[in-house]
Order: sequence, then C-alpha cells, then structure tokens
Amino acid sequence: MLSLILNRLMLAIPSLIGVVIVTFLLTRALPGDPAAYFAGPAATEQAIAEIRAKLGTDRPLIEQFGRYVKDLARGELGQSLTTGQPVSREIATRLPASAELTLIGLLLAVLLAVPMGILAATKPGSAVDHITRVVSTAGVSLPVFFTGLLLVYVFYFRLGWAPSPVGRLDVFLSPPPHVTGFYLVDALLARDGEVFVGALKQLALPALTLSIFALAPIARMTRASMLAVLSSDFVRTARASGLSPAKVVVTYAFRNAVLPVITTLGMVLSFLLGANVLVEKVFAWPGIGSFAVEALIASDFAPVQGFVLTMAALYVTLNLLIDIAYGLIDPRVRLDS
Amino acid sequence: MASPALLVEDLSVEFRTRGGIVKALERVNFHVAKGETIAVVGESGSGKSVTAYAVMGILDPAARVTSGRAVLGALDLLKTDRHTLAAVRGREIAMIFQNPRTALNPIRRVGDQIADVLLRHANVTPSAAPKKAVELLETVGITDPARRAKAYPFELSGGMCQRVMIAIALAANPSLLIADEPTTGLDVTTQAIIMDIIAERAKATGMATIFITHDLGLAAERADRIVVMHAGHIVEARPTRDLFAAPRHPYTAALIAATPGPTSQLSDLRTIAGGLPDLRAAELPACRYAGRCARRLEGCAAPLPRVDAAASDALACHNPLPQERAA
Repeated sequence: MLSLILNRLMLAIPSLIGVVIVTFLLTRALPGDPAAYFAGPAATEQAIAEIRAKLGTDRPLIEQFGRYVKDLARGELGQSLTTGQPVSREIATRLPASAELTLIGLLLAVLLAVPMGILAATKPGSAVDHITRVVSTAGVSLPVFFTGLLLVYVFYFRLGWAPSPVGRLDVFLSPPPHVTGFYLVDALLARDGEVFVGALKQLALPALTLSIFALAPIARMTRASMLAVLSSDFVRTARASGLSPAKVVVTYAFRNAVLPVITTLGMVLSFLLGANVLVEKVFAWPGIGSFAVEALIASDFAPVQGFVLTMAALYVTLNLLIDIAYGLIDPRVRLDS
Repeated sequence: MASPALLVEDLSVEFRTRGGIVKALERVNFHVAKGETIAVVGESGSGKSVTAYAVMGILDPAARVTSGRAVLGALDLLKTDRHTLAAVRGREIAMIFQNPRTALNPIRRVGDQIADVLLRHANVTPSAAPKKAVELLETVGITDPARRAKAYPFELSGGMCQRVMIAIALAANPSLLIADEPTTGLDVTTQAIIMDIIAERAKATGMATIFITHDLGLAAERADRIVVMHAGHIVEARPTRDLFAAPRHPYTAALIAATPGPTSQLSDLRTIAGGLPDLRAAELPACRYAGRCARRLEGCAAPLPRVDAAASDALACHNPLPQERAA
C-alpha cells in the first residue's frame, strides 16, 4: 500500500510541472496588460512603463518564468496586485471556505443520493425509482445560480428560516480561532456552540444548492452500478443461500457496486471545488472560486497561477485518495500495484 | 415410494421479452425422493436451469410462474412469502452453480462467505463461525483450509472455488441440493472429485440431489434416475439403467446417439436435426419435439398425456419407440 502511494506521488510530479508551465504561459497569453489595468485609465505611457518594470513584465518570458519558478521553490506564490496580500495567505484563508462548503454539499448529496440509487435499483419501476429520476434530471438541468436564488427566495425571503445569504458567519459573530479554517470544526474545537450553529445556518443553503447539483450523477451511478451487480452470479448465489435481503443488498451488492460510485464522487468533488464560483457569488461566500475569477478579470497573474496550482495539487491528492479507497475495497487492485 | 424430498407439479414459467412472451416451461412434473440423485438432462435452452431457479425462487424479474407448485416438506415453495423462502433457501434446499469463479463474491474472503451462511442458518455464534467455516473447507477436501479461508476467490483455482461453493451449499445440512452444471469448465479429474464430494455427502446425510447437466455420460454415471427435458417439457423420466438400455422417447434416443462413448468414433455420432422451436410462438404444438421428430404421426398434434409427478417413470409421446423385451 505504501509503495502504491509513493508510486502515485512520483507519477504526479510530471503533471504538476506541466501545470506550472501551462498556467504560466496561459496567463501571459491572456489579453490585457496588468500594468495598464493598475495604472488606471488616466495614466501616461511613462507611468505604465514604470509599473511594468516594477512588475517585471517587460522582461523576456523566459526570465519571468525563471523568477516564478525560483519563488515557487521557496514556497512563494507571489503577491496579488488587487488586494496587496501574498497569494499564499489569500489561498490559505479562502480555500478552507470553499472546501468546507464543497465537502458539506457533497456529504449531503451522498447521504441522499446513495440510498436513493440503491432503492431505485432494488425496485426498478417503483415510485422511488421515478422520484430519483425526476430529482436527478432536475438537479442536472437547473443551473446552480438558479437553485441557489430559488432557495434564498423561499427560505430567506419568504419563510425567513435562513439567515441573510452573506458570507460564512453572521456579522455579529466573530469567527472561531483559526485551526483548520473550517468554521464548523474550529467552532467545535473552541467549544463555541453559538458560532457553530451560526456557521451551520450560513452554510445550509449554499451547501444544499451544491448538493442538489451533485445529487444527480451520484444517484444515477449508484443505480446503474447496483443494477449491474444485482444481476450478477454471486448475488444470485447469496440469494440462493438464503442470506437476508439486507445482507444481500448491503454486504454483497453494494460493496461491489461502490467502486464506480467512488470514481464519480471524485469527479464530482473536483468539479465542484473549482466550479462553485456561481454559488459563492450568490451567497457572497469568500471562497477561492470567486477570488480566482476576480483575479482573472483584473489580469492579476499571481493569484490565477496560485489558484490553478492549488487545484492541480488537490486533484492529485483526490485521485490518490480514490486509488487508496479502491485498494481498501477491492483486494484485486492491491495486487496490481 | 418414500415421501419425496421435492415434488414439482404442473410448473409453468413465462418470460416477458421484447420479442413477446416466451413459454420457457410448460406443465413440468417430476419429483426427487429422499436420498435419491436425479439428473435433469437436455440441450441448452431446454429449461433445466429455469426449473431449478423457479424452485429456488431466484428467477429473473422478467420471469413469471404461471402455474404449478413445488412442494418441499409441508411447504409450497412457489406460494410462500419472501421471508419464509429466504429462511428455507440455504437451510433446507441449497444450490451450486456453474462458473464457480463468478458465483462467489469477488471481494469477500471465502471463509467469510461460508460464515455468512452459517450465521444465517446453522445456529452458530459469530465467534465460532470462522472456525466452523475452516472445518467445512476441510470436509470438501481443501488442503491448508485455515489459510485458504482467508483467500479471495480470485486467488483460488476454478476447482477450489467450486469446493468452496459446495461448502457454502452444504453448510446448513440441506435436505435437497440442486447442482446446476457443477463441473462445467473444470478438468476431468476435478470433475470426478467434485462429484464424489457431493455423492459422499448425499450418502452420509440422506440428502436428495438434483443434478442438472447436458453431459449424458456424467448423468449415466452419477444419477439413479434421469429426467429428460426438451423445450420446456419433460419428455421422459426413468431409472438410469432402463433409460439407457431402451430409450422410449425419440428425443432421448437421439440424445444418446449423439453422446460419445469410450469406443465410438466421430462418424458414429449422430446430430439431432433442427433446433428448439421458437418458444415465443403463440400456438406451440402439443409436442414441441414434433418439428424435429422422424417418428411424427398425424396423431401427434393431439395433447400429450399428463405426466404424473410422483411416478418414477414418465413418457410424453404418442409414438414412442417400442418397449424392448426384458434385457
């Protein structure tokens, strides 16, 4: 198992190097001159040239790249021009916000989608099956900003159950001391019930929005995978041996059906992490997605590069976790490593 | 006659398919007595496995039992509810399948799979189950059973997997074992060993065995009585020796003529003309073999006589081969 992990990490190095090169070139190829942007519309040619020299963007590409790599090696991602903060600090505060939202959304989706998929597969054509189909079609076809706004309209504006959709915590509460950056975890560590509940309330609607979107692929994959496994020979054996229906479905069928579901989970999670910009916008969530988009619009290179690199590292970690999960579930995978 | 371990009467099964309704079984009647081994033979598609699946209650969802009963003790297996049936399966009536590799859960240790059945049926405590599973592996002739109990099916050979299947099937000492092509795909020595294990257990515990095969030679060697199926009908059922000495149904005779013996040459073997009739047809002939039969008469369109499930002899033919004088 350990050699498998090391092996996968080694394989990730070339992809990360590729990501560094491509993001660097892409940000340089983007239209727009950061120097002109920050000098403002009234700036003179000379002022722009001065800023350009200060930023180093007047040097040849290869020299800029060399400096970028040197900074990277020291763990520095550069400075954001818009906020004036080091990019690494921005990411450190914003990534947990996005990760907390995404993980809770995904957890919610799994808790709903997996039982739905299993029930739909064990009783094809039943009411549960049809409900699953309708919910997953709706989840895929409704854009997240729409479901987000709809939820805000219903639960905040109409019913008043949810707090106002701005940020991670009510303005009258102060965030818990920073340990993990996950407010829920940090509040628990600080034994601060009020902050925990407050953070949970803020989190509920955006997480639900994400989960409605993530529900569909998970439920569908669970259903399809369960259907295939339920018609397999060994499930027939388990039934013929008179094992209880619950044992047949959970221990025999579901454990075999879970591998494609995990793959789907990985895909959904990595997709959500980068693509929940819209949800972050709707709920004024200080996440990494909105940060990257703002930086991109401002031609602010450093944060964009930092964002893409962070995402790439996350994807690598995620895939590694999926591989480990595979190995734990399926003994046949362990041999291949 | 001793009271039968299983009596199947008027069993009819239909499959709903895109091409229409397939009448896979029509009024199938047979029984197996306690301690008896019967072989159900017939070509692929004759309904041997469907019969077994119907009795076990593990038919495909597209299949429907349209008539009949399958009596095991005081219980009609076709009418009991799901939970009673689940309690009977594995305890009273067990089944082993062909392709032992795919018939075992690929990601569960074989010892655990045996223990699952023990815990369900055999009044074994969770702490004693693993040890009992190892003992069962030993009784089916697996060497180093303690180590093998920790193996996954993919780490074992096909013959070994089939032994594990047998251990699972026999875990709760069933009174009836259905073996669906248990040796298909195994080499000849392993075949013999597998069949010996089953036969020994049957002899020791008085277990009845239904042995489904298309291998007439194996059936002749192992079964007390043979039931011949063709296109969802039982065409003939007789004690093995009688059947081979003097087959009376033209299909049985053709099957025997198509089976290689120790001295036969390829040119001696005869193929059976034609194929199974299309079971989707709305109007199937009374005798489903009539289309392939050389002995067909005008009268063959008349309904066949009903076979008595409890009788040890059965014949469904209007123009059988003549009964041979005492041999």
